[in-house]
Amino acid sequence: MTTTNPTSRRYRPPAPLGGRRRATGSPAGRNARAWAFLAPALLVIGLFTAWPMVAALRLSFMDASGFGREEFIGLDNYVTVFTDPDIRDAVLNTLWYTVLFTPTAVIAALALALLLNSPHMPFRSFFRTALFVPFVVSFAVAAFAWSYLIDPQVGLLNHWLRGLGLQLGNVLEDPELAMPAVALVAVWKLFGFYFVIFLAGLQDIPSSLYEAARMDGAGPWSRFRNVTLPMLSNTMAFVLIFAMIAALQAFDQIYVMTGGGPYGHTQTLVMEIYESGFRKLDIGFASALSYVLLIATLLLSLVQFLFFGRKEKDLTS
Amino acid sequence: MSAPARRSRPRGLRPGTVLAVIALVLVSAVVLLPIAIIVLTAFKPVAEVNAYPPSLLPDAWTLDNVKEVTAELPFARLVANSFLFAGGVTAFALVFDSLAAYALARIDFAGRKVLLVAIIATLMIPFQATLIPLYQLVADLGWVNTYAGLIAPRAADAFGIFFLRQFFLSLPRDVDAAARIDGASEFRVFRSVVLPNAVPALLTLGLFTFVNNWNDLLWPLVFTTDADMGTITSGLTLLTGPGGIVPHGVMMAGSLIAILPLVIAFLLIQRRFIENIATTGLK
Repeated sequence: MTTTNPTSRRYRPPAPLGGRRRATGSPAGRNARAWAFLAPALLVIGLFTAWPMVAALRLSFMDASGFGREEFIGLDNYVTVFTDPDIRDAVLNTLWYTVLFTPTAVIAALALALLLNSPHMPFRSFFRTALFVPFVVSFAVAAFAWSYLIDPQVGLLNHWLRGLGLQLGNVLEDPELAMPAVALVAVWKLFGFYFVIFLAGLQDIPSSLYEAARMDGAGPWSRFRNVTLPMLSNTMAFVLIFAMIAALQAFDQIYVMTGGGPYGHTQTLVMEIYESGFRKLDIGFASALSYVLLIATLLLSLVQFLFFGRKEKDLTS
Repeated sequence: MSAPARRSRPRGLRPGTVLAVIALVLVSAVVLLPIAIIVLTAFKPVAEVNAYPPSLLPDAWTLDNVKEVTAELPFARLVANSFLFAGGVTAFALVFDSLAAYALARIDFAGRKVLLVAIIATLMIPFQATLIPLYQLVADLGWVNTYAGLIAPRAADAFGIFFLRQFFLSLPRDVDAAARIDGASEFRVFRSVVLPNAVPALLTLGLFTFVNNWNDLLWPLVFTTDADMGTITSGLTLLTGPGGIVPHGVMMAGSLIAILPLVIAFLLIQRRFIENIATTGLK
């Protein structure tokens, strides 16, 4: 991928004077122009993402309150991160949330995309729109609406489910049910996004592959297993990584619906970071916790890249 | 979805299709239920909101909830803040991201690959991880409770750069090569050749950026302490939580105001939006 595009040769005059190199410019000129285009974005990212990363690393080795008092304490914050039972619970809660959220959202999105990919499906564009609407609703508003729907006294959904013989009680105060509830709110809010990405991926699968599979006598399940899934692997990788990162960073609806309760049963890592950093003002500790989250996210991305392999080549080619 | 039925195109309703439509109607009903409850509860009198057994539709319609929530919170101000914050971030990010993406996709310069990998790596950084030093930086700049503090840190982002770069790569190069031969500057090529062809991608990214920022909760919670500088999304949470128990009807009226601009905008452009996601390489 270079800028010496073969088609530009047409315009080049025959005389090799060297003066018509403007098409690509000298390497130094290209470098200067490229960095001029990059400068504003790099300034913003450098100042507000890269520098705070470095500062967070420094803070994570400090006992710091944010009011000037800073004392170097080595790895103490990290020792606390890995030994504090509250943090261990928050990690387990975050993993439990990820397990509840990711497969549910991804499978729902894929199943609906498969149904709505067929051009013969009646009301196709109505269903597509309806399924995507939650994505434009904020987590906070989603949390208010769902909290009301499952309210033990006046909640409509609770009332209907009772009619079907399902006694849920006070879901958000129930240590067993609170986490599935906040995870389901995230499924509701986000699956429409994954659904649209799957739709796009499905449209890229050449129909000739299905024709060929059919001629070989492959049934619907076999076509799904042997054509759809392999052809969708890049899309699947993209959706899985985005869904898992979203799960690791769960905060908004939990903050609104349970505040981490009951008894810490929905306390996630980002809830801990917010509380230790902005409520308890234990900034050094919150920074160490942030770095653990960062490394977990990077490891997850790395595993995913290694697992799905091909995608990375596409990304940097 | 049986094999022979798919092959013969024009067909009546097959049992499989009927089942699929029933399933889709049920799923859509569950998906739209929270939206319906927001809209309907917002106009329900208090007595009905708290009545047992609960009902979906109001018997009588009222504007009391809307009046009360606009009295509790500086609503016009919060909505204006949301527009300024989300709109400001979107405007800056589109300009800065597309400039950077252009260089990465179209100019062959030293260090391009390394820079690209670095940008993809920052995609993986959860913003919570940098939140505390970022807050200190914004505080040192004196930008807490200002629009600058809300907007500047998000005026460019790795996702947007990466997304636009992928799109720019897919545009044919003949035209910009020709324009360069004719003496057009690099910026001219960017503005007059590449950008006009990237409208669908810019629209999609712009909507994503706007929606995400409008809806963001943690960001305005952290960077604004003054209730007048919050957004509609963060402002609503002031009504809940300790000491702020507000009737459901009032909360739903506030929620309705918060989602209305986005839902209307989405419904107006939904077909293009969904198609654009499909065609702009976000997959």
